[in-house]
Amino acid sequence: MMHIPILYNVRSVLQRPVSTALTALGVALVVTVFIGMLALADGFRAALVRTGSDHNVLVLRRGADSELSSGLERETTDILTAEPQVAKGSDGRPLASPEVYVIVPLAQNGDTMALKNVVARGVSDQVWTVRANLRIEQGKRPESGHAEVCLGKNLVGRFEHTAVGESLHFGGRDWTVVCHFSAGGSAFESEIWGENEQFMPVFRGNVFQSLTLRLSDPAAFEDVKRAWEGDRRVTVDVHRESDFYMEQSELLGRILRILAWLITSIMAVGAVFGAVNTMYAAVASRAPEIGVLLTLGFRPRSVLLSFLVESAFIALVGGIVGSLLALPVNGIVTSTTNWASFSEIAFSFRITPGLLLSGVLFAVVMGVIGGFFPAWRAARMPVVQALR
Amino acid sequence: MKFLPLLWANLTRHKRRTVLTVASVALALFLFASLRTVVTTIARNAAAGSAQRLVVQNATGLVFPLPLSYANRLATVSGVTGVSYANWFGGRYGDGKRFFANFAVDPATYLDLYPELQLPPDQREAFLHEKTSAIVGQRLLEVFGWRLGQDVTLQGTIFPGDWTLTIRGVYTPANRSIGDDMLLFHHDYLDERIGRAGIVGWYILRIANADAAPQIAKTVDDQYRSSSSPTKTGTEKAFQAGFATMWGNVSLLMNTIGMAVVFAILLVTANAMMMSARERTKEVAVLKTVGFSDGRLFGLVMLETGIITLAGAAAGLGGAKLLYRATNFNAAGFLPGFDVSVATLVLGTSIAFLLMFASGLVPAMRAARLPVVQGLRTVE
Repeated sequence: MMHIPILYNVRSVLQRPVSTALTALGVALVVTVFIGMLALADGFRAALVRTGSDHNVLVLRRGADSELSSGLERETTDILTAEPQVAKGSDGRPLASPEVYVIVPLAQNGDTMALKNVVARGVSDQVWTVRANLRIEQGKRPESGHAEVCLGKNLVGRFEHTAVGESLHFGGRDWTVVCHFSAGGSAFESEIWGENEQFMPVFRGNVFQSLTLRLSDPAAFEDVKRAWEGDRRVTVDVHRESDFYMEQSELLGRILRILAWLITSIMAVGAVFGAVNTMYAAVASRAPEIGVLLTLGFRPRSVLLSFLVESAFIALVGGIVGSLLALPVNGIVTSTTNWASFSEIAFSFRITPGLLLSGVLFAVVMGVIGGFFPAWRAARMPVVQALR
Repeated sequence: MKFLPLLWANLTRHKRRTVLTVASVALALFLFASLRTVVTTIARNAAAGSAQRLVVQNATGLVFPLPLSYANRLATVSGVTGVSYANWFGGRYGDGKRFFANFAVDPATYLDLYPELQLPPDQREAFLHEKTSAIVGQRLLEVFGWRLGQDVTLQGTIFPGDWTLTIRGVYTPANRSIGDDMLLFHHDYLDERIGRAGIVGWYILRIANADAAPQIAKTVDDQYRSSSSPTKTGTEKAFQAGFATMWGNVSLLMNTIGMAVVFAILLVTANAMMMSARERTKEVAVLKTVGFSDGRLFGLVMLETGIITLAGAAAGLGGAKLLYRATNFNAAGFLPGFDVSVATLVLGTSIAFLLMFASGLVPAMRAARLPVVQGLRTVE
């Protein structure tokens, strides 16, 4: 069995509190930035991924890459809604929501000059069944035939006139806010929902932008896609709803991840240099002690490992501190533009246990890399010279 | 000057430590300069829109069109010296992974209103006279490996189908904030293909006097207030600024990370300087014994720290400036004119000085205050 004088190393660390603390804190900051940035990327991704469901299909005009650039005639939506593969609700009606999708400028709270683009979606009354995870948080659903809207909970308070009972002005008329809804943290929570037949005349005339349908058998998606895309009566692209929103998050999600890795790697190299300095100094100032260890019969291998452990320990402390420093950002709501639709989307930083773990692991890796060469030197130290 | 050999000896005593410390300062300031430049580029591009151009859009929202019939009336508004219009096309090329802006414009008036788009006169003529032609930015030409005269086919996302356009001109922007990766083609051609005449995305007005902008904007909006397509008019500057806010809290994010980076490196340098100081306690005592004053020792340590941080700053800031220059980086078209500004360089250098004081102060004071006897007594 290989003996490692771990206790000796841990005690040595405590002998140099300032130097250790500075090194650990350097590592901690890297880990904080690492976790923070990935939490941002994850939060954004989660918001869009949760938007779609595996059970639903999203139909757009052929060639359209977003709901914004799509357009479907009423005839098309009628034909597809009547197809046998579409699930039926308890009342026997098909579960389908032909939707009007527009972007409207809204005044932000506190700064009426700053207009932000917000998605306004005209939905059918079936939508509350077609899409899962929807919950009315406050108020009651808009009634058919009334100029009423339901707001995603992320809009509430961030824009003017968003409380239930107030009236919101867009599209050249006033809409009464009758409810707030949540949608399981998805991008829908950043949207205004009203009745499609109400939105249609106000915005783009007699045309829908998309059609969302619940399939009675989700496994039949490929067949449905083939059948409908080949149907001569309509010119549409059929997407699985979950895949569609996943794709929308891809570009920005990827940019955020690349950025996170790039920035933290550069920072990490700096922090590793710090660890290298610290460990070399530690090895140099403890040459006699290393000599003693070797004389006592510890193998050079053990000494190497022991210094690696020491360095990893410092980094581990840094990693834990860094994770703790990053924790408060969890849940902070921020917003960005969903470039696929040019609209505002709010989402929250999302720190998961897995992310914290990878932060700590990242720290330990930094410690091991930073400690390797100094530890190598310690192990190779000639005993006589070390003791002198 | 006579202390140079001493300084040099101190710096080279632990060559590896000095090099690593300089390198970490360099990395930190490289990162700082990069993050800072994202912020400054967004801010500059937001402010870059001309105050002498107004953008007229549909009051209902960005994606709603306006009637072409507004053009003549807009031209008669007092103070307006030029009218042009454009339409977002939303075409994709190839696999569609590289996003680029492409508009259908009224060629003659658009180029007239945007003198920043510089184009050789013969190419300009060729573009104006061929309905299916297009002009592209220099960068776009390079990105896709196109050449002048080539037919390129875009896939329309808003206007379905394959759109084949002939590249008749390559522009270079006179102003770095204007993207050099746009594609512009004839609005007439768009109308003809889709059989929909008389609709435009937005109007651009040139005005003689920038101060009159609010008045003219109000006149225009009042004029169409009760029509079927009411307008919202603002300066191009405000329009660009609106796009900049779409980045959300990017500036805050970048600044926060930048501070974390600088602080992390402060710890590294401070640690290195303190380690050096601790090892040299005895030497400092010897120097004092041979007549070095406290102030001089303080200065020597500070100077040594300063050389390390400033060398790092020179490498990091200079590296950032040269790298982005040489690679002509623009974040795939999202950040045109990405260039480390002089202000950023100055700020980075001040940070290097700050690092020098923050990390050198404690060791320097310690050296200055060290009682000789105690220093000589210290055993390693």
